[in-house]
Amino acid sequence: MIPMDRCYQPEVECAPREQIRAWQDERLVKQVQNVWDNVPHYRKKMEEKGLTPADIRSVDDLYKLPFVTKADLRDTYPNGMAARPMKDCVRVHATSGTTGKRVMGFYTQHDMDLWEDCVARAIVATGADSEDICQVGYGYGMFTGGLGLDGGSRKVGCLTVPISSGNTDRQITFMQDLGTTLLCCTPSYAAYLGESMKEMGLTPDQIPLKRAILGAEAWSEEMRRDIEKTLGIKAYDIYGLTELSGPGVAYECSAQDGMHINEDHFLAEIIDPDTGEVLPEGSKGELVFTSLTREAFPLLRYRTRDICQLRREKCSCGRTFLKMCKPMGRSDDMLIIRGVNVFPSQVETVLLNQGYPANYQIIVDRVKNTDTLDIQVEMTPEMFTDNLGEISRRQKELVEGLRSMLGLSAKVTLVAPKSIVRSEGKAVRVIDKRKL
Amino acid sequence: MSIKQISVFLENKPGALYGMTGVLAQNKVDMRALSLAETKDFGIARMIVDNVYAATTVLKEAGYVHSLTPVLGVAIPDTPGGLNKVLQVITNARINVEYMYAFLGGKNVNQAYMIFRVEDVDAATAALTERGIRTVGQDEIQQL
Repeated sequence: MIPMDRCYQPEVECAPREQIRAWQDERLVKQVQNVWDNVPHYRKKMEEKGLTPADIRSVDDLYKLPFVTKADLRDTYPNGMAARPMKDCVRVHATSGTTGKRVMGFYTQHDMDLWEDCVARAIVATGADSEDICQVGYGYGMFTGGLGLDGGSRKVGCLTVPISSGNTDRQITFMQDLGTTLLCCTPSYAAYLGESMKEMGLTPDQIPLKRAILGAEAWSEEMRRDIEKTLGIKAYDIYGLTELSGPGVAYECSAQDGMHINEDHFLAEIIDPDTGEVLPEGSKGELVFTSLTREAFPLLRYRTRDICQLRREKCSCGRTFLKMCKPMGRSDDMLIIRGVNVFPSQVETVLLNQGYPANYQIIVDRVKNTDTLDIQVEMTPEMFTDNLGEISRRQKELVEGLRSMLGLSAKVTLVAPKSIVRSEGKAVRVIDKRKL
Repeated sequence: MSIKQISVFLENKPGALYGMTGVLAQNKVDMRALSLAETKDFGIARMIVDNVYAATTVLKEAGYVHSLTPVLGVAIPDTPGGLNKVLQVITNARINVEYMYAFLGGKNVNQAYMIFRVEDVDAATAALTERGIRTVGQDEIQQL
């Protein structure tokens, strides 16, 4: 068993800012050289800007470097952005390609080790330790969720349950039989598990679950409260993406107030998604990451498309790592409806605030050149009453709530229970029928 | 004395009611009365059945959201002025009727049944009984 102090690394996580900055300066310079030497595609992008590695002497010069976008990854698919040949790699992961652009990420053993380190930090930051029984309900396979949490969990010394996603009855049976204390899965699946347990007549005190580490999709603060209540646990956020290794790029600590970025490995910036300009600290914009330590797939200034805010303040947990807020949506799945930017997370906030479950679907269409927004919400036994007027009144309240949150009018349609397809992985929240 | 009415949430779309009646038919639930209230996208099917327990159990299993509402059942002679007399009593007792529906049934072909949704079923029952109008309970519905 590896002692816990190997996973919690206060000498790094709580290091003085100057020290963190010194590591970043040194590692950035080294990484730029690595990319210049080994990734012709990026070298060409640097050359087009008249840059050589000598121009990047510290983090202050970061802004000079060109961005890497999903388009670069697509153009060089599968491994044109890799800085090591496949023979030197030990692992490959890939995104599902749901947005039509599959991305692969490659890892040397060194990269695997540091990824597991990052995930282990995330696990112990929630208060979990080697005594915990960790059920990994993320999909195993090409998706980084399952194997990423698995690696971190074993590093911490947890009994790791590689159950993967889906098969809800089996999930609950294993939880009961093994006494799972830590659950790792997507927030929508955690909510679904909670619902299923409720239907089975299980109360939170009948399962030993204490905490959950949830990520891989956007979720709101209200959804967190909902999950914590139904499962009787504390729920922690984790952030990451395949392009940068996977979950563990940033993680929430016991303060549950923003995610600490593993700054010794990842350098974060916020930019204006339209102009690419770096925004001052505290601004809301697109999150951009530079991988400082990965050997095989070292992306410089990778545009995540996540809209986010960074905060540099000392946390009650003692960590000095910069904090990022929950992504407020993605700059690419952001909907523009009648000229107004709409994030699905805003709709979710309104629903949960008014006591509706987070089972919704946003249907966007264009009728006679006008965008229409239809929010389908499932009827629940708690909401239902024999009084038609009462239901209509609540429906109107919801329309009003959405109008003040989104700044535009949406239609609310109440639909039959369980009629919105629940995925056991990522929830399909938006159906855009517009032919734009 | 009240009757248990089952209210079921239905989407206002083709086949929604058929889906629900199918569940009841398969489970041999006999409907005594049915009334529909609807908006543009959803509706409520209100019904009186012979076996409330069986009906609510199978509906729940089939994934329907429902609720139970106590309603007032009144037996009315099938003659002109029958309903008028009942409403007179209810009006004099200053009781508001939220909604109502009627059905014929049972062996006595000369009488109709009215279902009233009122705020206070007990007060309405008392007022009607006092004026010699017969109210109907769940037992009688079951045996029709």
